[in-house]
Amino acid sequence: IGWSGKAFLSTSCCPKVCIVGSGPAGFYTAQHLIKARQDVEVDIYERLPVPFGLVRFGVAPDHPEVKNVINTFTQTAKHSRCSFYGNVNVGKDVTVGELQQAYHAVVLSYGAEGNRRVGVPGEDLRGVYSAKDFVGWYNGLPSCRELSPDLSCETAVILGQGNVALDVARILLSPLDTLKKTDITQPALEALAESQVRKVLIVGRRGPMQVACTIKELREMVNLPGTRPEMVAADFEGVPEALKDLPRPRKRLTELLMKTAVEIPGDKELERRKNATKIWGFRFYRSPTEIFADPSHSRTAGIRLAVNRLEGSGERAQAVLTGEVEDVSCGLVISSIGYKSLPIDPSVPFDPRRAIVPNSVGRIHQAAGLYCSGWLKTGPTGVIATTMNNSFDTARSLLEDVDSGTLDISTGKPGSQIVSMLLEERGVKPVTFSDWEKIDSLEMRKGEACGKPREKLLTVEEMLKVART
Amino acid sequence: MALVTAMRRLAQVSLREFSRRSTAVPWGAFHTAERSFTTGAQPLRSDKVTVHFINRDGEKITVKASPGDSLLDVVINEDLDFDGFGACEGTLACSTCHLIFDEEMYKKLGPVTDEEMDMLDLAYGLTETSRLGCQICLTKSLEGMVARVPESVADIRQTKDGSA
Repeated sequence: IGWSGKAFLSTSCCPKVCIVGSGPAGFYTAQHLIKARQDVEVDIYERLPVPFGLVRFGVAPDHPEVKNVINTFTQTAKHSRCSFYGNVNVGKDVTVGELQQAYHAVVLSYGAEGNRRVGVPGEDLRGVYSAKDFVGWYNGLPSCRELSPDLSCETAVILGQGNVALDVARILLSPLDTLKKTDITQPALEALAESQVRKVLIVGRRGPMQVACTIKELREMVNLPGTRPEMVAADFEGVPEALKDLPRPRKRLTELLMKTAVEIPGDKELERRKNATKIWGFRFYRSPTEIFADPSHSRTAGIRLAVNRLEGSGERAQAVLTGEVEDVSCGLVISSIGYKSLPIDPSVPFDPRRAIVPNSVGRIHQAAGLYCSGWLKTGPTGVIATTMNNSFDTARSLLEDVDSGTLDISTGKPGSQIVSMLLEERGVKPVTFSDWEKIDSLEMRKGEACGKPREKLLTVEEMLKVART
Repeated sequence: MALVTAMRRLAQVSLREFSRRSTAVPWGAFHTAERSFTTGAQPLRSDKVTVHFINRDGEKITVKASPGDSLLDVVINEDLDFDGFGACEGTLACSTCHLIFDEEMYKKLGPVTDEEMDMLDLAYGLTETSRLGCQICLTKSLEGMVARVPESVADIRQTKDGSA
């Protein structure tokens, strides 16, 4: 359908911006733009019928306070100059090129839906999962519904020592009574109720002073009811001496880790540990080289770990192979070594090595009018607040470009008018924010019936059905 | 413990009009400021505490708040326009209400819990006199306090051609 030269109803010269992705990056970018100029109109496109991205599908069920940002996002979505269009797959239902013609600027904020592969034999065996999929499974991401992880083994090995790794460990070992009151999905709850996992090892290539997790999550493991820590004291050689030179955050984290691993606790804690039925621990200086199959079941039976030593110290310390190996029996391996962005449209520059869109402060290189925010811009690390600042920066770049004339807003653009026409022609029916609110109400009502904040709908079909009522 | 914060907030909510608190995030220009300007006889507001904020542009903003209010409550109630402040709504799940004090005032603020320290550790530009605003509750003894809102990111602004 060609629309060049046709006159549209709204040829007013208010800047129209399109944002692809409705997670924190998308919403914080929208928030900043709408606040900065009284004439900016923002449309947010989202592939799923439901908004909020990793706030809904990534944040652990037992961290509901972190999800409070949804209230801010909801305010933004309901603003008169903001519109939400769910169930629209950018790259398939409409191209980035078409969006660029319809809007003055397009901001790509679609995050990182892939994961880094470990790259060892046996990675595709039954019983081996990426943390991205495991987390997606217990958080109700429709594409992970069929994961059905096998939890019928005693030992689980998690590769990676960041906050996602700790989330996975905590969900595997949390008392069911705690999980029952969260928005974890019903199938996940049922699977965890049957789980035989009693020991979780959290494995990293480097040492205690290089762990990527933060202290709040570590403290939650230390205090997890029914569990006790079990680590290797020798892994902490040299650590006490290095403590005094560390900046406060790293120092406190390392102190807590060391105390948990090495110190003999007081009577009360000794008693608590004696009664614990589940074990967890960090294992340091270990890199996976192979995952073994159990010959009769072609599922994983164990993992071979190469032993490392460190060269250098601090954040830049490198793991170097020593030649030794160690085999660990386990029936579950979860790789938590990083999410990864994927290209969604061939017309958008993409750096496959770093798995991000090449940009400067959110301005995509060699692509006028195209911006990016969130993990797609900087890579998949950081908490929501990090993404918030990152998104504000991109919004500022966009606004600077409007002010300087680099971004030309002198001619009106049709925005959602033309995109809605295209979508209708292609048989795609967007989900509005009030449609989402129907899904939201239903989930909360269902949750109330069983003492949970919500009971999530698990398929796109169910979501669309409710959206259309 | 986040529970303490939540309970404190519950106690405070009952003392104020709930409508101003129902949307917990400051939107600045968005909220129609519901301030009433009255003339004539007014009771002396001697129970109020004066708080000065220094925003990210270095401007000083002076407000009066009630004892028992947290500094996050003050920012919200006075519609102070600090970008992204208080994202988790005072539940110790982020570090966006990070404020910096001078040494003397910092000492008056009392001990910091492990929980607050854990989140403070993630704040950009952490100093020895940093606190999270949602954990500071006003008392008359803090009259005239000055709280600086720090930058939330490194100024990594590059020139338009991409060179650092």
